[in-house]
Amino acid sequence: MLLNQYLVLAAVLFCIGVYGVLARRHTVLVLMSVELMLNAVNINLVAFSVYLQDISGQVFALFVITVAAAEVGVGLAIVLIIYRNMASPFLDRVDAMKG
Amino acid sequence: MAPQNVAFGLIAASMVLAALRVVTTKNIVHSALYLIVVLAGVAGLYVLLAAEFVAWAQVLIYIGAVLVLLLFGIMLTRAPLRPSDELDNDQRWAAAIVSLALVGLLVGLLVDGFSDVRVRPTTATGGGELADSIFVDYLVPFEVVSLLLLGALIGAIVIARRDD
Amino acid sequence: MLATITQGLAGLLAEAEKVVEEGGHEAHEAVKAASWVLEQAWLMPFVPAVSFFIILFFGKRMRRGGAEVGIAAVGFTFLWGAISAFEWINGSAVVQRSTTWFTNGHFDIEVGFHVDGLTAMMFVVVTTVSLLVHVYSLEYVKGDERFTHYYAALSLFTASMLLLVVADNLLQLLVGWELVGLCSFMLIGHWWEDRANSNAALKAFLTTRTGDVGLILGVITLFFAAGTFNIEVINRMALTGEIRHGLVLAGAALLLLGVAGKSAQFPLHIWLPDAMAGPTPVSALIHAATMVVAGVYLVARTYGVFFEGFSIDAGGINLLALAGGVTLIIAAALAFVQNDIKKVLAYSTVSQLGYMVAALGVGAWTAGVFHLFTHAFFKALLFLGAGSVSHAAHHTFDMRKMGGLRKYMPRTYTTFIIGTLALAGIPPLAGFWSKDEILLGASEGDFGVIFALGSIGALLTAAYMGRCVYMTFFGEYRGEGTPHESPGLITWPLMILAVPSVFFGLLNAPGILKFNEWVVFDVPGTGFHPEHHDFSLGVAAPSVLIAIGGLLLATWIYYWKRAPKGLLDRQPFSGLYTFLDQKYYLDHVAVKGVAAGTAGPVARAVYWVNQNVIDGVVNGVGVTAKRFLAPFTYDVLDQKGVDGAYNGLASLTSGVGGLLRKVQSGLVQRYALLLFAAVAAGGLALALLV
Repeated sequence: MLLNQYLVLAAVLFCIGVYGVLARRHTVLVLMSVELMLNAVNINLVAFSVYLQDISGQVFALFVITVAAAEVGVGLAIVLIIYRNMASPFLDRVDAMKG
Repeated sequence: MAPQNVAFGLIAASMVLAALRVVTTKNIVHSALYLIVVLAGVAGLYVLLAAEFVAWAQVLIYIGAVLVLLLFGIMLTRAPLRPSDELDNDQRWAAAIVSLALVGLLVGLLVDGFSDVRVRPTTATGGGELADSIFVDYLVPFEVVSLLLLGALIGAIVIARRDD
Repeated sequence: MLATITQGLAGLLAEAEKVVEEGGHEAHEAVKAASWVLEQAWLMPFVPAVSFFIILFFGKRMRRGGAEVGIAAVGFTFLWGAISAFEWINGSAVVQRSTTWFTNGHFDIEVGFHVDGLTAMMFVVVTTVSLLVHVYSLEYVKGDERFTHYYAALSLFTASMLLLVVADNLLQLLVGWELVGLCSFMLIGHWWEDRANSNAALKAFLTTRTGDVGLILGVITLFFAAGTFNIEVINRMALTGEIRHGLVLAGAALLLLGVAGKSAQFPLHIWLPDAMAGPTPVSALIHAATMVVAGVYLVARTYGVFFEGFSIDAGGINLLALAGGVTLIIAAALAFVQNDIKKVLAYSTVSQLGYMVAALGVGAWTAGVFHLFTHAFFKALLFLGAGSVSHAAHHTFDMRKMGGLRKYMPRTYTTFIIGTLALAGIPPLAGFWSKDEILLGASEGDFGVIFALGSIGALLTAAYMGRCVYMTFFGEYRGEGTPHESPGLITWPLMILAVPSVFFGLLNAPGILKFNEWVVFDVPGTGFHPEHHDFSLGVAAPSVLIAIGGLLLATWIYYWKRAPKGLLDRQPFSGLYTFLDQKYYLDHVAVKGVAAGTAGPVARAVYWVNQNVIDGVVNGVGVTAKRFLAPFTYDVLDQKGVDGAYNGLASLTSGVGGLLRKVQSGLVQRYALLLFAAVAAGGLALALLV
């Protein structure tokens, strides 16, 4: 197998995730897109770990999974707070920092 | 064609299609379900790369926990469960351009840099080798991550708690 | 149980002396084996630490409130310490064990212990006094609502102090140091409902903390100079000149700051008298015998650094001797004007700590350490005696409300007299031999000033202790109720402590000189040994006379009451009295000067400078410029030129600002879009150009 297969796939997934983060209005959808991006990065890590025969890549991937889980937890707490305070889960209503 | 390549092709195609549907579908619950397909596909890729433990962890944590959390988030924010037109932004065209630019840049660089490199997953890396690495070389990050999880747990509770 | 302990102690001592005489030749053999007991020295801090946790979690459910566990643990350490000392005297090798706790790329953090004569001596001191205090507290703190926590804190303190003395590296010593400071804080503020007590605890903690800044900086300096925290290596490198002298001096000076805080040297001594707010057994254990000597112990342990850094062999005044000398004299003067018996003893402790530090400063290492040893016993005795006295006089410590107590409390009186004579330095009691060695060291070197200060201090010591004894035990009882002798649990520790106060001084008497043999400062690989001076009657006789003179002075003023009446009312004396009474106004300096001064006067001073100096300059310039430059500047330069440019610039800024403001939409996704677009653009640029 070519290494490129995995890397290109990861890059494509990453950019789809970027689109999702930028274009979606609902906060939970943005979180989902962030998960897409993190998974793309993980694919990259594991592919390189196999290519370089160094297990650190997989260890790092595990850590990324862990931190992503923590991040989703905290992120959802924030989503709830936004929903509670703005009565709307849509991100373009949140513009209190407008200059 | 080697069976791995076939498998890879199938998994990759389904992942990309599902990912596109995640970011374009009008039904938020469908979006979550398509995300499951993507995550499962990633786990499948890990198995193809013979990283079995990571694949297992991926299924367990991502699909098992993170996705459930996301579904809870959908429920608690009273998201529209039917197809809705309100899920996309005003800036979606600009966003599409930017991500197309990014993908072009990345793919171009990758094809340029890694075109002939082959990867051969030989033996499956089991838990033993991973454990050796985590608990000897990366012990301090491991401990720090557990503290991080504790902090995230406490932080999430504190943030989302009702103030009465 | 106590009877068996006393018998056991006496038996051990007798056996030790016998075996030492017989086996003295064995000690000179070439190869020494390390004793198994000494190799298990890690047990010493470990057992009381375990007892701390047990008392903390289960103490309230026990029949005696946790005291059984505490006494058992400290009893074990006492026995182990006694056996360790015995084994050391028998000729064991120095024991050093350490393991690497973790490594961090550049350096290893080690945990270990180092047992030699100094350690064994500290074992004996700490565990004996701690055990007796534990027993004493059974009666003294009986019925207190925080009885269990008190015993837990005592256990933790014993564990921390033992951790400190066995430490073979500076980091571990620092851990023990901080822990004993914590326990001191906890125990001083034991009755924290009274605001004054918690204030005293805070004062103690903050003052020692101030010193600890220097200590930590000193440890860091030595680490970077030597590349390790290991004390023996640091000593060796300092003594053989592998570390630059400037660094050694810096390290020693910074460590001295920590010593000044913990061992109450001038000017950081202000916390010790206030710390008397805690229970008396705590004062005896922590603020007389053990914690306050941690600083002296540190100097003794890392003596190579201090000896090289302060160039002690060159004679003349050095910072260490100066600190000790100043401390011993001013504290002795302050002890004179105290009416609270515990405060007299507290200032006395500060003064004696000054003696120890001064001894180390003049190069008399053994003398300083020996004085630490003897002082622990008779000072603990005096403090516990003060506790016994207050127990009888309805819990007051004010000597003006005491008097004539020798009729009512014969045992307390006798032991207190023994402690007083030991402290004053009357031969053949313990204090004489150790204090005399210090004066000897000062006189043999080039340290005349220290010798003078030490002698005056000895006079004052005898005098204020005499005053204390007369006010408390002689005359007529001036207090409430009828005093009576204290119960056995209080008087037995007093009697036990009287024994070392009388006899332990002989351990280093001329002709015996056993202490010199057992406790030495030796760094393998350097051949450095602090000098020892032989007994000299020319120094000893005057010091005895001075001590007796001091006692006579006290008798003259307080017993025979022959001093001129109104001595203290006379102008020069009353001024001096007030000066002393206000503790040289040092507390004023600390609180109002340093703390409040930054807020008030400094701020006011800065404001004055601003208003008068800076504004004055500005106004002056304005006035002179007004007549000549003003019209021209105003019409041409300002109105047309500057204003035109200024307004133009302002509106330009405002316009651009208005445009840029639109970027701040407050929408996170807008920002993210800009971010990713910039990344794509930047990446593209890099890819195409590089």
